[in-house]
Amino acid sequence: MEIVVTGVLLSGTYALIALGLTLQYGVARIMNLATGETLVAACFGAFWFFSVLHINPIASLGFVAPAAFVINWFVYALLLRPLVTRASNRGQLEVDSILATFGLMFLFQGLMLLGFGGEYFSYAFLAEPFDIFGSPFGLNRVVAFLAAVIIAGALYLFLYHTRYGTAVRAVAVDPVSAGLVAIDVARASAFAFALGGALTAAAGGLLSTFYTFNASMGVVFTMKALIIVIMGGVGDVRGAVLAALILGVAETTVASLIDPGLTLAATYFLFVLTLLFRPQGIFGRKQA
Amino acid sequence: MKRRDILKIGAAALVAGSLTAGTAAAQDTIKIGASAPKTGPLAGGAAVTHWPALQLWVHNVNEKGGIKVGDKQMKVELIEYDDRTSGEEAVKNIQRLATVDKADFIVAPYGTGLNLATAPLFAKYGYPQIAVTAVSDKVDESAARWPNSFWTLGTSTAFAESVADVLTTLKDAGAIGNKVAVVNVADAFGIELANAGKPALEKAGFEIVYDSSYPLGTQDLAPVISEAKNADPDAFIAFSYPPDTFGLTDQAKIAGLDVGAFYVGVATAFPAYVGKFGASAEGVLGAGGVNPDTEAMQAWYKQHQEVTGVGADYWASPVMYSSLQVLEQAIERAGTLDKAKVIEQLTNGSFDTIMGGMTFDGNVNRTFWTVGQWKDGQFHGVASTGLDGAVAPVAKTGW
Repeated sequence: MEIVVTGVLLSGTYALIALGLTLQYGVARIMNLATGETLVAACFGAFWFFSVLHINPIASLGFVAPAAFVINWFVYALLLRPLVTRASNRGQLEVDSILATFGLMFLFQGLMLLGFGGEYFSYAFLAEPFDIFGSPFGLNRVVAFLAAVIIAGALYLFLYHTRYGTAVRAVAVDPVSAGLVAIDVARASAFAFALGGALTAAAGGLLSTFYTFNASMGVVFTMKALIIVIMGGVGDVRGAVLAALILGVAETTVASLIDPGLTLAATYFLFVLTLLFRPQGIFGRKQA
Repeated sequence: MKRRDILKIGAAALVAGSLTAGTAAAQDTIKIGASAPKTGPLAGGAAVTHWPALQLWVHNVNEKGGIKVGDKQMKVELIEYDDRTSGEEAVKNIQRLATVDKADFIVAPYGTGLNLATAPLFAKYGYPQIAVTAVSDKVDESAARWPNSFWTLGTSTAFAESVADVLTTLKDAGAIGNKVAVVNVADAFGIELANAGKPALEKAGFEIVYDSSYPLGTQDLAPVISEAKNADPDAFIAFSYPPDTFGLTDQAKIAGLDVGAFYVGVATAFPAYVGKFGASAEGVLGAGGVNPDTEAMQAWYKQHQEVTGVGADYWASPVMYSSLQVLEQAIERAGTLDKAKVIEQLTNGSFDTIMGGMTFDGNVNRTFWTVGQWKDGQFHGVASTGLDGAVAPVAKTGW
C-alpha cells in the first residue's frame, strides 16, 4: 500500500511536468525543449516570493503562472510564429522548433545563471509528515498531487467541455480543416502555447516545495516530460496523466521491491515497450 | 589602393605587432586560467566551493599589491571558462588556456572526473595541477603518473573508513546499536566510498541491514528512505551527491527515520544545508569538515561572505583557498613564473594556509578532514587523518 501511495504521489509530480508540454506540442506543434527551463524558472520565482516577500508558494502561483502565460505568448508570437508561417509541412516545423527552442534553452539557462548563480536552492515549505493509511508522506507532495489533480481536471474540462477547448482540440487534430470552420488557428496555437507555459510554471512552483533545484537542472525535467508526452500520445491530456501514473507506480515498485538502481532502466523499458507496441502512444491516433 | 600603400600598411602592422608583442613579454600581471563548471550537473557544487574561493583569493592577492616574483610585485589576472561539466569541454578549455591565452598558471578543475580527464594536458604543457575537489583512491597512482599533479582533499578509503570509526566511537559510547543502512549514488564517488565503506563497517562489527544504490539525478528518494526505515537500522549512511543529500534528509525527516547516527555525503557541509534544515540539521554527520574555531578560519569565513556575497562550505572551500595560497607561496619562493621551478617548490616545500600547514608527501596531502557534524549551526570536523581540532561525535537525537 505504501508503495502504491508513494507511486501515485510521484505520478502527480510527473503529470505536472508533462501537462504543459503536451499542450504545447500537441496543439501548437512546438516541441519545446526549453520546457524544463520554464519549470526551473518558476521554481526560482516561487523561491524568490517565498524567501524575499514571504508569500507561500501556492499563493505565488497566482503571480507566477500568469507571468509565464504572458511571457510564453510573446515567445510564441515573436520567435516561433515566423517558423510556423515559413514551414511548409509539420515535419519542417518540428525540426525548426526543436532547433529554435534548443537555443532558447541555453538563453533561459544563461539568464538564470546570471540572476541566481549555479548553486542549489531549496526551502522548507510544508515539509512535515502527513499520514495516509498509517504511513507518513510529505505534506508538500500531497499538496502538489492534489494540485496536479485539480489542474489536470480543469484542463480536461476546458478541452472537452467548452467551445474554445473544442476549437483548440480541432487545431491539434487538423489545423487546415480547423481553419476552414472559422477557427482562428494562429490565435488558438498561441493560446495553447501560452497556456502550456503557464501549466509548466505552475508545476515548477509546486515542485519547488520539495525538490532541490539549480539553474542547470532543466534538461532533467525536459527528458521526463518528453518520455511521458510521447508515451501518453502526443497532445492528449488523458494519455499524459495515465503515462505519468504508470511511470510513477512502476518506478516506486521497482525501487522498493527490486532495487532503486533500476528505476531509470524501468522507465526506459516501459518507454521502449510503448514505442514497440503503440508507437503513437497510449491514447494517440494512428497517423493517416 | 596602390600596391605600395598595401605594403606600407603591412609594414606598419608588423611594427605595431612587434611592439605589442614586446610589451606582452615584459608583462606585469600573472595570468591565471580557470576552467570549471558554471553549467551542467556539477555547477551547483562548483558555485559553492570552487568559484567563490578563487574569486576571494584573486581579490586578496590584488588587494595587497600582487604576488612577489623576484623583485617585482605582479597582480593577478583571471581568465575564466565554463567547462559545462563535460570532460571534452574541460580538455578544450585547458588547451586554449595553455596555447591561446598563454596563461602562466592554471587552476585545477572542479570534480574528480574532470581533474583526471585534464591531468594529461596539465602534464603535457608542464603546468602544476593542484587538485582540490578530487577525492579518489587513485591519487597516489595519479601523482606517480603525472609528477606535476598535487592532490589535497584525500582518498575515498580514508573517508569511508573514518565513517566506520566515527560509528564505532558512538557504538562504544552506547549511543547506537550495530545495525546500519547504507545507500549510495551510482556514480564514481558514491561507488568508491560504498565499496570501501561497507567492508570497513563489517570489519568494525556492524551489521548492514539495508544496502542499495540509486541512479545519479534521482529526485524521488522516498522509496529508498522507506525501505531503509523498514530495515530498522541504528545508523543511516548515504554516500550521496548534493541534490540527493538534500532529498534524503528531507525524506528521512518526513518519514521519521530516527537513527542515532545520520550521515549524508557531499553538500552536508554547505551553508544551504543548515539554511534549509535549521535546527533539524543538528547532529547530522557528513563528508568533510573543518575546524571552524580557529581565529584564521573565523576571519576567513567572515571575509568570504563579505567579498563574494555567499557563504563558504565547511569542507572543500577552505581547502580550495589553501591550494591557491600554496601556489602563491610556491611562485614567490621560486622567484619566477617558470612552471618547472614552481613545481619543484611545491614538491618539497611546506606552506602556510588558513587551515594550517600543508605539505605534499609524494605529491599528496596526507592530512585532511574526513567526517564532520553539525553543532550549533556550525559544521565541526569530528574525524581527520591527523589534523588538530576535532571534536567528539555525538548521537543524533531526533529531527
